[in-house]
Amino acid sequence: MATAPAPFSLSASTVPARLRAAAVPAGARGRQPRRGRMVVRAKIREIFMPALSSTMTEGKIVSWAASEGDRVNKGDAVVVVESDKADMDVETFHDGIVAAVLVPAGESAPVGAPIALLAESEEEVPLALAKAKELSNGQPQQAAAPAPAEDALATPPPPPTPAAAPAPVSAGTKGIASPQAKNLAKQHRVDLAKVTGTGPYGRITPEDVEAAAGMQPKPKPAAASPAVAAPSAAAVPQAAVLPPVPGATVVPFTTMQAAVSKNMVESLAVPAFRVGYPIVTDKLDELYEKVKPKGVTMTVLLAKAAAMALAQHPVVNASCRDGKSFTYNSNINIAVAVAIDGGLITPVLQDADKLDIYLLSQNWKDLVKKARAKQLQPNEYSSGTFTLSNLGMFGVDRFDAILPPGQGAIMAVGASKPTVVADKDGFFSVKSKMLVNVTADHRIVYGADLAAFLQTFAKIIEDPESLTL
Amino acid sequence: MQSTAAVSVSASAITSGSGARSEAARRPGGLRVCGLRREALACSSLRISQAPARLAVARAAAAAATNGAVAGSGGFDYDLVIIGAGVGGHGAALHAVEEGLKTAIIEGDVVGGTCVNRGCVPSKALLAVSGRMRELHDEHHMKSMGLQVSSTGYDRQAVADHANNLASKIRSNLTNSMKSLGVDILTGVGTIVGKQRVRYGKVGFPDKEITARNIIIATGSTPFVPKGIEIDGKTVFTSDHALKLESVPDWIAIVGSGYIGLEFSDVYTALGSEVTFVEALDQLMPGFDPEIAKLAQRVLINPRKIDYHTGVFASKITPAKDGKPVLIELIDAKTKEHKETLEVDAALIATGRAPFTKGLGLENINVVTQRGFVPVDERMRVMDADGNVVPNLFCIGDANGKLMLAHAASAQGISVVEQISGRDHILNHLSIPAACFTHPEISMVGLTEPQAREKADKEGFEISVVKTSFKANTKALAENEGDGIAKLIYRPDTGEILGVHILGLHAADLIHEASNAIALGTRLQDIKFAVHAHPTLSEVLDELFKAAKLQPREERGSKPSQPPQPLLKALSFITALLSSSIRDRQR
Repeated sequence: MATAPAPFSLSASTVPARLRAAAVPAGARGRQPRRGRMVVRAKIREIFMPALSSTMTEGKIVSWAASEGDRVNKGDAVVVVESDKADMDVETFHDGIVAAVLVPAGESAPVGAPIALLAESEEEVPLALAKAKELSNGQPQQAAAPAPAEDALATPPPPPTPAAAPAPVSAGTKGIASPQAKNLAKQHRVDLAKVTGTGPYGRITPEDVEAAAGMQPKPKPAAASPAVAAPSAAAVPQAAVLPPVPGATVVPFTTMQAAVSKNMVESLAVPAFRVGYPIVTDKLDELYEKVKPKGVTMTVLLAKAAAMALAQHPVVNASCRDGKSFTYNSNINIAVAVAIDGGLITPVLQDADKLDIYLLSQNWKDLVKKARAKQLQPNEYSSGTFTLSNLGMFGVDRFDAILPPGQGAIMAVGASKPTVVADKDGFFSVKSKMLVNVTADHRIVYGADLAAFLQTFAKIIEDPESLTL
Repeated sequence: MQSTAAVSVSASAITSGSGARSEAARRPGGLRVCGLRREALACSSLRISQAPARLAVARAAAAAATNGAVAGSGGFDYDLVIIGAGVGGHGAALHAVEEGLKTAIIEGDVVGGTCVNRGCVPSKALLAVSGRMRELHDEHHMKSMGLQVSSTGYDRQAVADHANNLASKIRSNLTNSMKSLGVDILTGVGTIVGKQRVRYGKVGFPDKEITARNIIIATGSTPFVPKGIEIDGKTVFTSDHALKLESVPDWIAIVGSGYIGLEFSDVYTALGSEVTFVEALDQLMPGFDPEIAKLAQRVLINPRKIDYHTGVFASKITPAKDGKPVLIELIDAKTKEHKETLEVDAALIATGRAPFTKGLGLENINVVTQRGFVPVDERMRVMDADGNVVPNLFCIGDANGKLMLAHAASAQGISVVEQISGRDHILNHLSIPAACFTHPEISMVGLTEPQAREKADKEGFEISVVKTSFKANTKALAENEGDGIAKLIYRPDTGEILGVHILGLHAADLIHEASNAIALGTRLQDIKFAVHAHPTLSEVLDELFKAAKLQPREERGSKPSQPPQPLLKALSFITALLSSSIRDRQR
């Protein structure tokens, strides 16, 4: 470590983690007179293993820059400590003489354990040495003591128990443990001698150590499944009570159909209501004709319009997850229902309010292609915050949709049809008009909210220039 | 005085506005000065001879057309016969054809040798798989980049096939490249029967004899297996078997923690195995710069399912049989006392490689191998038992043991061809880079820090070290791969690069800027002005070059042992011209 001028700026980062050398006997914080001869109190300070990173539980002494008997000044690097991340120079906060090195270079000590004693003056060196002896004799009791004794060592390491040291020894003589089992044993402070191996040739496996440490890696999904099963169990009887129909063909649900079924049943628990709104689409149709050659579809235009309206009415983009609160989504992700072979899927146009229609169209094309190939990733169909369902292309003039779980609202769009319209001056004209119907969760979205949202949506559709911005 | 003039020119070019600097750098005059000054400074300590630049394409084409058609000159069947068609032999053969030599290559096994068939090439295929597995498994890493991966798995046979297919592809590429140039590929085991005479054929029946003006031995090496270790190819095996990936054991002991062991630990842990290293020396990765080895241990060993025993020999290894696992007896490397017996599912012996030089007929020409290695001088000329050069006989690659790396063998081969074409050439081995393809990779060129310090003490100069972290590199951070450091060891007085060591993303590809600088004698004061695209990993090296602090030039100029006078005069003349023109420009 002779590379003093090394430009590696690690030492700078050690500054906040600099070791604390607190006064052991009195804990007096005031500065002592420079000349310690007259000092009445014995000043022997312990130098502790510092916590150099948040994950560090023990450190290895790489080298001592100061050796026993050396006089050190506040700010001197006295020891180089190897943490789980890097080697760092550790400085002392006090002047003094290194009286005794408790942990020699090459050995490890838990964070917070004393690694050396610093005496204020020559006179205190013998005292310190005596204390060192005391410490090394009383190692077992000492190991537990220092952690609570020190007021604030900042890090919350578990009380340092020197279990790590005996572990490898016992591993060699008794049961054979795999490398990862040994790593885990050290990490979780498990005594390998007490672990029964279940691996090949009676070997201790990582799973054995985890079990011994009280970790249950498997039970987690097992514990989760009853919770999931409960609502479905409640739902199943309704379907199951119907007697079988003689002569009928029974086709079990595919996974997707089962998921749809489950979602639909779950939606019954949500108090939903519906609000409809007629919207004139002449200008939208005009715009559509213009952007169609650029690959923009009506679906994308509607999704974009909905997203822009949602940006102004965040509550419609929210959801109610626990029956007690609003969950406002940070993104506006428009899920669009797509009928695919044997079911229905809702690819999601993420951040539909932020992306322009051309980018959205590109995304949409990719999503549809993936959906058809059944290659959508979970986040591509489950991250929607608002759903759009359009049956207009079939000539449906109006319908209402069922609210999917986890969303606040769903929009059902009917076909745009030429309709005779009377304006406020009583003039008749023929305009294309479509009916939009939104289903929402009344726990969070109220009638006026939805109406206001629809009004905004209608304004965007009726003056669609903003869609192309 | 004159040299200080040169100094002040470049200093002014540096300190004046950036516009002026780039102007000066772009001017042909400025470049010429750079080159001259470099040579002037380099010639005192640099010992490589640089191959003169030449247009060889036309000659190569002509040679390719004639090779094989015309008999070798001087009554020899061939100008050059190479025994062993590994990477070393291949490199030599290609260069020989380029030089217009009628060339034959003798191969007793498969073209491509260890590297292509049982070494670098298939192992890179496995490491490519392990790298991806590692990425996909690192959920935390993926999540931090916003990616979700549901589940990952692998098909062992498909992975093994990938490695095998790659090897066959490279093998056929190699064969075709030699065939198309007209190199005669002779099948059989080659034996030297006398001066400039080689016999080849099936083992034990070398029935065909040819004469050659020059002979290169390039027979390579095989895995070294210490005594006491029983290889069964299934549970106790060498890299030869491991590359076939016939199984992925739950727990594998790797004996030896050099390049081979380290790379395999990367593959096996990525595929789900647990690994135990057995290393005879006190430190893992003994060949590496200590600082790099230490960080490598933190990045490549400690967080993985790996443990290790250092300072121990595997005195006896018994393959799994009769319902018993593989047993490895460990003894203390110093006291030879029995320490422990490991029970594992498999053991990979990666204790290095032994030269493959048996049956070469070296006894016919009074050459005695040293631990199997063919003794050579710095020009790869084979030395006989009396320490004299055997004329027209060379040995390159693993068989001479100078630097057991595929590309070193090839470079040695090219160096030999240069010599037999009448141009003296000595390969600077310190400019040959080495790489370990773990994730992240490790690479190095030149001296390690302890080696450099030793040399500095001996020769009485100072060295400096600068380091930089991949955490300071934009591209590395974008990739979320900030683990790693790069380290430069150099002479602050001359600006000579002594060694560069890199651990980090794509380290193996990054090292060449440094190795080329060493090979060409480029000084830090020059290379630090070279521009690197932003943001790229190459800026890691840029950072190093720029961080290197050099002693002030005046000090160096006043040293008595600096550039020879004639060069200095030429230099000062050109710089005088240049400085006046710069002044004109600035006006």
